Amino acid sequence: MTLLSLTGVGMRYGGFTALDDISLEVAAGEFVCLVGASGSGKSTLLSLIAGLTMPTSGFIALSGTPVTGPGPDRGLVFQSGAVYPFRTVERNVAFGLELLGLPKAEQQRRVDWYLAETGLTALRGKLPKQLSGGQRQRVAIARALACEPEVLLLDEPFGALDVQTKEDMQLFIRRVWQDTGTTVLMVTHDVEEAVFLGQRVVVLACDPGRVAADLPVDLPMDRDLTVKRAPAFLELRARVEDQVRAFHHSSAEPFAAQP
Amino acid sequence: MNTVTAPARPALAQLPRRKPARPVRLWVLRAPISRRARVVLMVCSVLVPLVAWVAVAATGVVSESFLPSPAAVVSAGWEMAQSGQLATDTWASVQRILIGFGLAIVVSTPLGLAMGSFQAGQALFEPIVGLLRYLPASAFIPLLTIWLGIGEPSKWMLLFIGTVFFNTLMTADAVRQVPRALIDVSYTLGARRGEVLRKVVVPHALPGMIDAVRVNAAAAWNFVVVAELINSQEGLGYRIARSQRFLASDRIFAVLIVIAVIGLAIDILLRVLRDRIGRWV
Repeated sequence: MTLLSLTGVGMRYGGFTALDDISLEVAAGEFVCLVGASGSGKSTLLSLIAGLTMPTSGFIALSGTPVTGPGPDRGLVFQSGAVYPFRTVERNVAFGLELLGLPKAEQQRRVDWYLAETGLTALRGKLPKQLSGGQRQRVAIARALACEPEVLLLDEPFGALDVQTKEDMQLFIRRVWQDTGTTVLMVTHDVEEAVFLGQRVVVLACDPGRVAADLPVDLPMDRDLTVKRAPAFLELRARVEDQVRAFHHSSAEPFAAQP
Repeated sequence: MNTVTAPARPALAQLPRRKPARPVRLWVLRAPISRRARVVLMVCSVLVPLVAWVAVAATGVVSESFLPSPAAVVSAGWEMAQSGQLATDTWASVQRILIGFGLAIVVSTPLGLAMGSFQAGQALFEPIVGLLRYLPASAFIPLLTIWLGIGEPSKWMLLFIGTVFFNTLMTADAVRQVPRALIDVSYTLGARRGEVLRKVVVPHALPGMIDAVRVNAAAAWNFVVVAELINSQEGLGYRIARSQRFLASDRIFAVLIVIAVIGLAIDILLRVLRDRIGRWV
């Protein structure tokens, strides 16, 4: 069942075309990764889906309802995390529930579950400045998930983390996805990450941003980090990397894509 | 093949080695200094001018009415405190600050919030506020006297004019420091514009806003004295002007010390408040 659909979505700023005729469908419960070099407009695309900006052409719909603005049905996590520095971990996670005016006990029950799920229970009273980068990202993810979004939009959420933390977070987000059944659409420029996490990898071409390839990831559902050394993984990763590289250059430049 | 051979190295005595330079401790850029050094320097900061004052006064090269001795200042201050005059004057000045500067805070906070949050607010207020802040508040005294008479309102207004524009601009700056991503993410969590302002922008900007008030409180304290130098019946500025007529510089000094101490107290109080509210920074 299609949850999120983009039909001919384009974004122009003055004379500059950031995104051109993007059509994409994401099924409920799917984990889709969008990869592309910088300049492919992948973050712009995510902010269009989030409803923070409106496309200049085309149409975005969530469960058949057109997206007209931001809302908690599409949780967004930035690379910077954007956690509220003046709120404790617990109160960050509770933010969306507070806005709904849920009774305190009900808020607490939900917050407790998401804190436990994201491994933050022990840190609940801490302020963001006392957390590591990975912990802050987990707060941001827990805060978005607490609103029970239809789709979780991740904008290079692990881009600023060191390699070990990044791998921990990759395992973490796969587990959360499996536990909650939330649809995930994640933007990254890290091809290895995209192939490891996604059930599908969508490659965006640069200048203007458009869909260059849409590749299924044929890897087992239960993945641990050793998958990254499996031949099937390496082969797919190489294919995606070639695609990203081929479409890194402007469409004006002839540059043969490796099939 | 021709090779040039260097002459044999003469037997040279071993070069003396200089002792490594002693590490600099006190004047290293940005480096922490020892606790003792800090305490000594801080004490010197106050003690050196004080000692110089005592010494100059003791030699008697400067007349008492120019530079009163510390003892004379203390006794003048004590006498003023005993008569209740000091308390009355201090309260009069503090009251004017509470009203005039308080009004400035009440006006400048929403204005700064609007300027920092909305481009429309910025476009609407920035030109006029940016212009008005360059008008020296003291130049308004004659005009304020014409408009409001010589009573209290003209003094409140002087304080207001002297602080409102700067406080507005500094509040707007604090508001502009709120990261865009924080605002965007709040919308995706379901917040409405008013909720984003109340629950995100204001809490994030609050420490900066308190800092603006702290800086401008010093200006308010300046302006209240200026206002009282002219047309006043009580207040610390009035006391200075009156003491001048009697060449009572010991009293002027005493009042100046009171002003400094209260100013410092306000500064520390607001700093503590800022650090408590801005624990998360």
